[in-house]
Amino acid sequence: MMASSYNAKEEDGPHSGSSRHSGTGAAKNKKPDNTAFKQQRLPAWQPILTAGTVLPAFFVIGLIFIPIGIGLYVTSNNIKEFEIDYTGLELGSPCHDCSKNFTWNSTTPCVCALNFTLEQPFESNVYMYYGLSNFYQNHRRYVKSRDDSQLNGDPRSLMSASKECEPYRTSTETKEPIAPCGAIANSLFNDTLELFYIEPNGTTTAVPLAKKGIAWWTDKHVKFRNPVKDKENLTELFKGTAKPVNWRKPVYELDPLDPENNGFINEDFIVWMRTAALPTFRKLYRIIHKKPSTTSTLPSGRYTLKVTYNYPVHSFSGQKRMILSTISWMGGKNPFLGIAYITVGSICFFLGVVLLIIHHKYDTRSNSADIPN
Amino acid sequence: MLRRRINRLLGGDEGRVHSRTIYVGQKSCPPNEAFIPLKFCDNRIVSSKYTVWNFLPKNLFEQFRRIANFYFLIIFLVQVIVDTPTSPVTSGLPLFFVITVTAIKQGYEDWLRHKADREVNEYPVSVLEDGRRIRKQSEKIRVGDIVEVEEDETFPCDLILLQSSREDGTCFVTTASLDGESNHKTHYTVPDIESDLQYLSATIECEQPQPDLYNEQQSVHVTFWPCSALTGPAANQYLKMFTDFLSFMVLFNFIIPVSMYVTVEMQKFLGSFFITWDKDFFDPEIKEGALVNTSDLNEELGQIEYIFTDKTGTLTQNNMEFIECCIDGFQYRHREDSSELDGVCVTDGPVNKVQQKAGTEREELFLRALCLCHTVQVKESTKNGQDQIDQVDGLGADEEVLHPTHKERGFIASSPDEIALVQGAMRYGFTFLGLESKNMKILNRNKDVETYELLHVLNFDPVRRRMSVMVRSKTGDILLFCKGADSSIFPRVRQEEVERIRMHVERNATDGYRTLCVAYKHLSAEEYANADAGLREAKLALQDREEKLMNVYNKVETDMTLIGATAVEDQLQDEAAQTMEALQVAGMKVWVLTGDKMETAKSTCYACGLFKKNTELLELTLRTLEDGGRRREEKLHDLLLEYHKKAVQDAPPVKLGITRSWSGASHGFGFIIDGASLSMVLSSSSESNSSLYKNLFLQICQNCTAVLCCRMAPLQKAQIVRLVKNSKGSPITLSIGDGANDVSMILEAHVGIGIKGKEGRQAVKNSDYAIPKLKHLKKLLLAHGHLYYVRIAHLVQYFFYKNLCFILPQFLYQFFCGFSQQPLYDAAYLTMYNICFTSMPILAYSLLEQHICIEVLLDNSTLYREIAKNAMLRWKLFLYWTALGLFHGLVFFFGVRFLFSNPALQDNGQVFGNWSYGTIVFTVLVFTVTLKLALVTRHWTWINHFVIWGSLAFYVFFSFFWGGIIWPFLNHQRLYFVFANMLSSVSAWLVIILLILLSLLPEILLVVLRKPRGPHARQMKRRLPSSGTSTIFMLSQTASTHSFSWSD
Repeated sequence: MMASSYNAKEEDGPHSGSSRHSGTGAAKNKKPDNTAFKQQRLPAWQPILTAGTVLPAFFVIGLIFIPIGIGLYVTSNNIKEFEIDYTGLELGSPCHDCSKNFTWNSTTPCVCALNFTLEQPFESNVYMYYGLSNFYQNHRRYVKSRDDSQLNGDPRSLMSASKECEPYRTSTETKEPIAPCGAIANSLFNDTLELFYIEPNGTTTAVPLAKKGIAWWTDKHVKFRNPVKDKENLTELFKGTAKPVNWRKPVYELDPLDPENNGFINEDFIVWMRTAALPTFRKLYRIIHKKPSTTSTLPSGRYTLKVTYNYPVHSFSGQKRMILSTISWMGGKNPFLGIAYITVGSICFFLGVVLLIIHHKYDTRSNSADIPN
Repeated sequence: MLRRRINRLLGGDEGRVHSRTIYVGQKSCPPNEAFIPLKFCDNRIVSSKYTVWNFLPKNLFEQFRRIANFYFLIIFLVQVIVDTPTSPVTSGLPLFFVITVTAIKQGYEDWLRHKADREVNEYPVSVLEDGRRIRKQSEKIRVGDIVEVEEDETFPCDLILLQSSREDGTCFVTTASLDGESNHKTHYTVPDIESDLQYLSATIECEQPQPDLYNEQQSVHVTFWPCSALTGPAANQYLKMFTDFLSFMVLFNFIIPVSMYVTVEMQKFLGSFFITWDKDFFDPEIKEGALVNTSDLNEELGQIEYIFTDKTGTLTQNNMEFIECCIDGFQYRHREDSSELDGVCVTDGPVNKVQQKAGTEREELFLRALCLCHTVQVKESTKNGQDQIDQVDGLGADEEVLHPTHKERGFIASSPDEIALVQGAMRYGFTFLGLESKNMKILNRNKDVETYELLHVLNFDPVRRRMSVMVRSKTGDILLFCKGADSSIFPRVRQEEVERIRMHVERNATDGYRTLCVAYKHLSAEEYANADAGLREAKLALQDREEKLMNVYNKVETDMTLIGATAVEDQLQDEAAQTMEALQVAGMKVWVLTGDKMETAKSTCYACGLFKKNTELLELTLRTLEDGGRRREEKLHDLLLEYHKKAVQDAPPVKLGITRSWSGASHGFGFIIDGASLSMVLSSSSESNSSLYKNLFLQICQNCTAVLCCRMAPLQKAQIVRLVKNSKGSPITLSIGDGANDVSMILEAHVGIGIKGKEGRQAVKNSDYAIPKLKHLKKLLLAHGHLYYVRIAHLVQYFFYKNLCFILPQFLYQFFCGFSQQPLYDAAYLTMYNICFTSMPILAYSLLEQHICIEVLLDNSTLYREIAKNAMLRWKLFLYWTALGLFHGLVFFFGVRFLFSNPALQDNGQVFGNWSYGTIVFTVLVFTVTLKLALVTRHWTWINHFVIWGSLAFYVFFSFFWGGIIWPFLNHQRLYFVFANMLSSVSAWLVIILLILLSLLPEILLVVLRKPRGPHARQMKRRLPSSGTSTIFMLSQTASTHSFSWSD
């Protein structure tokens, strides 16, 4: 019972044409055209939302949303996630020493190892994230402190980076331009995380961590590019530039083993350069691909996380985490969507019921009011 | 062929010389005089503001004088200079857009003015130069040129009449284009001018030009060509108050974006076209439609509370028709099919059938008086009398009056009443043939020509309110015929005759006719000699000439014999009564402000239905004030208090809404005041009384259904409008009029409406809107005004809403980014949001929306009350929109915030960054505000569909495009593939759908719960005045004779 009327005023159609053709005389410019538009008589659809039209919509929305919500909720719950904080704030924590002593100026890396147990096996691909808290990657001055044309391989920007990069634009000592310039690049997350599985028999095997496929494809292949000049190697290309202040090694040594993952197109670097939306965030670090055999990717049991502690968070009272998570079609574990869908669906359904009652009552009242007339 | 040779007089002002000397015909001055070459400005008319050269700087200066533009300029400059989160482009681009659009608009309007100027300036005129006649362009006329003007031509400049093609050296001039008076004024040539102007060598001395049109102190009439000075439209106060309040919130920069100004301006500018385009406003008679002089007041048309209307030419047609006359108390009515019964006498049909009623003698005397006592000129002096008669007969028989000039072809007079009277006499067999060398010729019933020598004309003036002529008949009798208003004639005639005629006059007056009494007097030779001498002396007097003349007039016009009275009908405009009725039902109060006398004006009010049979009239006129023999001041005080008690204190409390119309209509008050009393009220001797009287007067008037102010001077009209305009609650006022005497009140009122009537163009020029007929006012207000108001109210509120929910997430984001002013959205989105993504749907909506269709609006005047008193920009609605904006903003931001508690939203485990966050919020935002508008839209034309869905499609397209390319000229590639990546995430899709739906849910609910107010219910209401009001309707019908139909 869609109560709408299609209000076409046909009288204008033939008239307007003829009057305009005949009115080519002197009066033409004075007499207003009798067109539907000018006379505000355009045929119009005048929808009227009534309880009757909206009621089914509410029920339909409720009926669609609640299953989706349940689906989302179940999916989210099926995702396995393990999170471990390795900041080392507590005294007993293995990384406590590292966290206390380490600064950006430290030359020797500090290594610590944490043991943890996975209660359940992780199936399929497992994704390893590092999480930072209280790190305002979305601070305005921080966000804009980068030069995308430099990162895109523009040789001019390489040698004279954008002003936005200040104060990480040129090296204070050598006066050489910094590549990659800016605060984001300068604060690159440089902890190294390694995962070891302690088999029940006590032997320790390293879990293979794939470092490719963690950045957006378009970032890796289009947005970030190493400067191109003939066929020289990266070291030559970046000659004349300085490394960012906080970095241990220059950009062309980020992954010396794989030229496809070195320089600006290093995926860890690219991931870091995509600034997070909120001060507590996680970024994809490694992927543990599922094994071809039927065994779980990460069987349940004891593991060791070996951290090369390079990244000081003490100064801004931040925290560092390592997260292992499986992924579903909706992404990582997040019960919010499922709950929200169930809630909204229920509200719609509930409103539908309320409206139905109101509608029913209203109808009877207006019916009874009609009788005396 | 009437031809006038007129000498051009003056140009602009220069020097501070008291008088100026002009050499006629560009002849050099006599050699013995020191020649000071005076530099006069040329005859070009410049009403345009800009030239090609100064357009840019001048226009920019003008534009940045507007506080809003200046503000945005400052914001822009701050952004350029200081390090701010958004790039200068975000505010610079819209500002540039605004400035450009406004400049183009103003440039276009100025181009139109240039075109109009050129039309006038290049108008060809004939100029006598060096003895030859040359065609010149009007702008090239120099001061001192001799210009030839043909009949019906417009004067290209100020002129002095040197020679006329008429033998008596006169010409008739209308000053319609100056002051709107279409009456013909007689001008005489300068005496002692030789016939051959080619050799004329003369100088003219005159005073310096003055800006005051009516300052005629000197012998030379000095006038300017009028530059139509459109004064700035009255400030749109409600909108202004609203925006004033909002301007506090401007601090968070986008709440009131530049684009809102653009959109409002564009809406007003484009929206006004619908008025000009409306074919219902087209009048086939003058072949013109409505005219919009300012587009800033469209929505005020929906807020009118008081209507001030002129009577003559506005309520009435100013088309005089002789209806009847009364001779010695017997009524003569010229109507073949009239079967009207009259209390006094039953006399129908042509006069010769009822000769038994009044003596033939008296009849003919009366008709002769009508034929002689006037200043009418016969336009074409025909030698052949028979021709004239034929022509006249043809005219008389030709009842179908196609065009006013058609009817008046034979006669020219300074007042249409006079023509009507002469034509009336013609109908009864006495034809005025014309004035030939002081001899008036009349063709009497027996087709004999009677000749009278015209001795003196005692001119009409508004103080005496009568005019007389003295004629000498063939037999040598000297007669004085006098005609004038009853009040001025009755005291001057023998009293025994008065009573018989007074009844007629008063009845005619209440029927809405203009009445004049006719009297005559035999003058003995001695009396005439005295009068003649007195008149001659007075005419030659150099000082107090007027006063002396008046004295003589008054002396002569005494002891006359009353012959009869005439009734001339000033026909009502088409549908005047229906229009007034509709406007009153719509809750507007109609005040009639007229210069006419009370009785006539009152009858017009009755005829228009402003006063009804049961309306109790409260009169505050000189007559009521002079009753009782007390001092006027005291009486005024008492009357005001009495009326106040009656109309205000004892009246039932006025309630808003429909009930008011019922109670008001069943027992209403009408208030009548005249000019003299008004000036007493407004300028009472003591200060305290003055304000008290003003208040009392206003309160009385505000409680009356209709107010009639008669005998108003033009400035008094404006005074009244100002009084009401500034009264408590500052109601929106509208003035409507057609003549120059209405200009002051048209300018004073918020909305001024000019009628393209007969009385020239002055009112039209000064008005905000001009319509051909009064009846068009109904549609203008009830349909256009209503729709415009609803549209603009929605436009403003929607703009506020959409920017609130645009900015709120941005604001909330500050809590999550360390208050670093990090923008949530990309700069392109910030800039484009108000310009491209969300502006077109609301613009289309604000141009096309008809929440109630026009026919229904016209049928149900009461619908106008629903939006009265700025109903749609009140706090309640404003809070609703604010709450909605806040709710939406919160939903958008926190919905996405919770989603981003785990930013791994893609099925390959990759994470989203801050720009993805902003893009998701922005996508939800654009879709929600657009769909919200779609929900509000009641009238979906294809344009709405196109624009709404087009905007959304454009947003998607633009986002792909913007993120699809590495833009070479940008430092940042923030959005590179952000949108596409977002769409590849199922979670993002789900959250977008969820948030849009959640945001619109309350809206849908509200729409549903508000159902009884929907058009569906209204349709029911049309059939039977809905269940709620039907009882009131029935009660009021039984309680009074007043009947009101819901739909005709």
